[in-house]
Amino acid sequence: MNWLAMGGYAQYVWPSYALTLIVIALNIWWARRSLARARQEAHRRIATQKERA
Amino acid sequence: MSWVWFHKLGSPPHFYRIAGRWVRWLAWPAVLLGAYGLIGGLAIAPADYQQGEGYRIVYVHAPAAWLSLMIYTTMAVSAAVGLIWRMNVAHAVAASCATIGASFTVLALATGSLWGKPMWGTYWEWDPRLTSELLLLFLYLGYIGLRSAIEDIPRADRASAVLAIVGVVNVPIIHYSVVWWNSLHQVASVMKLDRPSMPTSMLLPLLSMFLAATLLFVALMLTRARGEVLRRERTARWIGEALQQESA
Repeated sequence: MNWLAMGGYAQYVWPSYALTLIVIALNIWWARRSLARARQEAHRRIATQKERA
Repeated sequence: MSWVWFHKLGSPPHFYRIAGRWVRWLAWPAVLLGAYGLIGGLAIAPADYQQGEGYRIVYVHAPAAWLSLMIYTTMAVSAAVGLIWRMNVAHAVAASCATIGASFTVLALATGSLWGKPMWGTYWEWDPRLTSELLLLFLYLGYIGLRSAIEDIPRADRASAVLAIVGVVNVPIIHYSVVWWNSLHQVASVMKLDRPSMPTSMLLPLLSMFLAATLLFVALMLTRARGEVLRRERTARWIGEALQQESA
């Protein structure tokens, strides 16, 4: 498993890639959650508007 | 050149629909290019003659740093467009950029720090490149803070747009910091007018990562911007129709 050792730089290379994966995963989750919330708010707004009408 | 596409994109219902379609077409190429960049960068590219295997951090560090600058520029330009032409879709795009940009600025700083330790012997140095990139993070955080402090969306759009536009002067400062001042940071290897200074087997995975990062950003930004458009169209009838179509 020479490759995993990254020529002695494993403790710097692998955390960099792990952090990158975490940031990407968080961003995908946040973006989808942000859109889902906006849709829920819009649904609620439309419902109250209909009630008033 | 016809400006019809610009006016069409400025129409919230059209943007909402088109953006939803684009996200899918951007996500898959981003995954494929990222996978190639990962394999090419970690396994196929040769070791660097000076930095050994340690240089492989470049495949995540440089794209993250590129995004941190490109996203800020996108945010400032769309904020300006929103301010000048009173275009809600442009404000929605600007508002969608900040969190994504801030997270990739943190990533650029963190991976840079992990690269700096073995190569320079320190995680942090008050160096022009590092300091100006840290300032970029504070600009993003200031933008996010300002937005969350103002409840009225149109007012938040206008106030944060001014901050975004003023802060854009920092972008060229970051890019040229390694040229203008004595910096620990190495100079550009890819983003320069001359030919890139590395062999093709190193360069291709890196370019692939740059492209994957850019596509990922556009997909994330469009997803968020669709929500921001909904938030800005309080009473429009198209929203009810669009949401109904989606759940059908």
